[in-house]
Amino acid sequence: MNPPTEDGHYGRWGGSYVPEVLHDTFKRLKEDFAAAKADPDFWREYVELMSTYSCRPTPLTFAENLTRHFGGAKIYIKREDLNHTGAHKANNVIGQGLLVKRMGKTRVIAETGAGQHGVATATMAAKFGFECTVYMGEVDVLRQRPNVFWMEKLGAKVVPVTDGSRILKDAINEAFRDWVTNMDNTHYVLGTACGPAPFPEMVSWFQSIIGIEARKQILHYHHTLPARVYACVGGGSNAMGIFQGFLDDDNVELVGVEAGGHGLSTGKHASRLCSDDASPGMAQGYKTMFLQNSDGQMLETHSVSAGLDYVGVSPILANLNDQKRVRFESATDVEVIEALNLTMKKEGIIPALESSHAFVQAFKEAPGLPKDSAIIINQSGRGDKDIFTIAHALKDPSWKEFIINEAREYQQGESK
Amino acid sequence: MKLEENLRRRRENKEILLMTHLVLGYPDFDTNREVIAQMVENGVDSIELQIPFSEPVADGPVILKASQESLDHGTKVSDCINFAKEMVEKWDIPFLFMTYYNIVFKYGEEAFFKKCAEIGITGVIVPDIPPEMGGSFYQFAEQYGISPVLIFAPTSSDERMEITGKCSRGFVYCVPRKGVTGAKSEFGDGLTQYLVRCRKHTSLLLGVGFGIESRANVEALIGKADIAIIGSKTIKLVDEKGAASVGPFIRQLLGEK
Repeated sequence: MNPPTEDGHYGRWGGSYVPEVLHDTFKRLKEDFAAAKADPDFWREYVELMSTYSCRPTPLTFAENLTRHFGGAKIYIKREDLNHTGAHKANNVIGQGLLVKRMGKTRVIAETGAGQHGVATATMAAKFGFECTVYMGEVDVLRQRPNVFWMEKLGAKVVPVTDGSRILKDAINEAFRDWVTNMDNTHYVLGTACGPAPFPEMVSWFQSIIGIEARKQILHYHHTLPARVYACVGGGSNAMGIFQGFLDDDNVELVGVEAGGHGLSTGKHASRLCSDDASPGMAQGYKTMFLQNSDGQMLETHSVSAGLDYVGVSPILANLNDQKRVRFESATDVEVIEALNLTMKKEGIIPALESSHAFVQAFKEAPGLPKDSAIIINQSGRGDKDIFTIAHALKDPSWKEFIINEAREYQQGESK
Repeated sequence: MKLEENLRRRRENKEILLMTHLVLGYPDFDTNREVIAQMVENGVDSIELQIPFSEPVADGPVILKASQESLDHGTKVSDCINFAKEMVEKWDIPFLFMTYYNIVFKYGEEAFFKKCAEIGITGVIVPDIPPEMGGSFYQFAEQYGISPVLIFAPTSSDERMEITGKCSRGFVYCVPRKGVTGAKSEFGDGLTQYLVRCRKHTSLLLGVGFGIESRANVEALIGKADIAIIGSKTIKLVDEKGAASVGPFIRQLLGEK
C-alpha cells in the first residue's frame, strides 16, 4: 500500500488537524511510530506476542455447508473472532501497547462503541501494567453492558459520555479532551483506522497481520487467489487489515460493507461511502466522508451493531473508494440478522453483528460466482458478546423469560 | 489588518484589553443581543462569536453544552452570520468568529472569508486548522483581509511558536495551560515565564484565555499580556443570573466599582 504524504494525506483525505496543545505529542508519536515500523525486531516481537497471548495465526475456515447452500464460489471465513477478547481489535491494541512501552508512557485511554475495543484495551493495560480509562457513549454503555462489566473487572475505569448523541463519536471527542490535559504520561489508543495521522497508518499496519495470514492461507487451501474479499466497515480497521493482503492483486475484488440500518432511503443508517447522505468534511482530526448536514453538523447514525455506528470512515478507505479499488455496499439490520441466523445454523459459527454485514453481501454474490472460485469473508469478531442484542433482535421468547426471572430474583434479593 | 490596528489603537490608552466570548444561539439570539449590549456598554474591547459545531473537541463542559443546546434549537450557520452582521452594524468594536474548521470547510473557505469581509467580521479563531494543514484557508483569509488568530500552548516548542507566530494575524491567543476551555488556570510564576517565552516569538499582541474569572486574574496579566479573554465564565453567569448580571461583572473585571 502506498504510504500517506508527509502531512498524512491519502489522496484528498486524512491529514492531521490537531489542536495546538497536541502538536508536539503528535510529532513525537509520528517519530516513535516510524522508528518502530522501521525496526524488524518490533514487528517480530508483535507477531510473537500475538501467537502466545492471542490466537495468531487465526484459522481460515472453509464453510462447506454454506458453500453447498449457495451453490457458487467456495466460501472461506477468516476467523478474527478467535483472537483473545474475541475480535480483530486485539491486533491493534497489543501493537499500540508495545509502542506505549517503547514511548515510556504509563497510562492509556480509549474510546469504545461496541465495547470490544474497550475490553481489548483494558486487557492490554492489565497485561502491560498501564493505568486505563475507557470513554463510552451512554447509549452504548446501556446496549453493551456485559463489556462494561468486563472492562471494570479488568481494572479499567469506564466513563459514560453523556454529551452529543452519546455514541462512538462522542466517546472519541471525550478521549481527546482527556488527552489534551494528560498527554505527558498518557497515550490515546485509538481503536480504528481513523483520526489524525499517524493513526490511520498505524492501526492499518497492526491490522495488516490479518491480510498477510489470509493470503498465505487461501493460497495453501485453494491454490489460487480469491475472486473477492468481504469485510464490514465501521471505522474500517478490520477491512484495512484483510484488504492489505490483496491490494496489489488486481484480480481480487475488495468489497467493504457498511451499515445500512433501516435502509439507505430512511436516513437511519451509517453508510458513508455508498449512500448519498455523506459529504467531504473534517472532524475528529481528519478529512473524510462524513454523515453531516449542509452546515457541517454531524448527523445521528443508526445501526443494529454499535461497532459500525459511526459518522466517519477511514481516510484510506475513502481514497480506495475514489480509486475504485474497493467497492462499497450496505446491509440492513434485517438482512444482518438473517445472515447471522443462517451462519449459525449451517456452520456452527457465531459472527458478531458487525461482521455479519460482510456475510450479507457475500451471500448475495456467492451464487453468481463460478464453483471453482473462492471468496473470503472477514469475520472480524464473535457474536456471543452480542447475546443481549441478538436475543432481543431475534425476539427469542425463552431468553426474554430468563431475563425477566433474573430481574425478579435480583429485586427480591435486594428487598430481603 | 483591521483587527490588529484596531486592537493596538485601543491598547494605547489601556493597560490591558478585555475580550469576551459567547456561543451564538445559546440560550437564544435575543439573550445574545442583550449580553453583547451589556458587554460593549461596560467597556469590552472585542467579542468572539462562537458558531456552534456538533463536535467541539477543544471545549470543556460549559461551551460544549451551550453549543449542543444551540444546535438542538435549530441554530444554522446562516443565522449566526445574519446575527453577526447586525452586531457589527450596531456596535463599534471588532467582532471575531470562533468556530471549528468543518463549519468553514462546508461553507466553502473562500465563500466564508468573503462573507466575513462583507459583514465586517475582522478575525477568526479556528483551533483545529494548524498552519501546515491550512494552505488555502490562510491564503483566503489574507486575500479577504480577515485575521486568523493562532494559538500558542505551553507545550509549543520555540520552533513551533516561530511558525504559528508568523502565521497568526491580529493577535496571538496564548493558552496558559493544558486541557480544554473552562477549567481553572494558575496565574503564578509559571504563567509569567510562559508569557515571556510567548513574547519572544511574536511581535503581535498577546491574548490570554482559558480560566479567567476575576479582577485578580486580569491584574495578574497586566504588563505581561495585552488582552484578557473571558470565555466560559460569562456563559455560566448568564445561565445562573441572567444577561443583566454581565455588565456589573465586566466592570468588576475592569477594576471599576
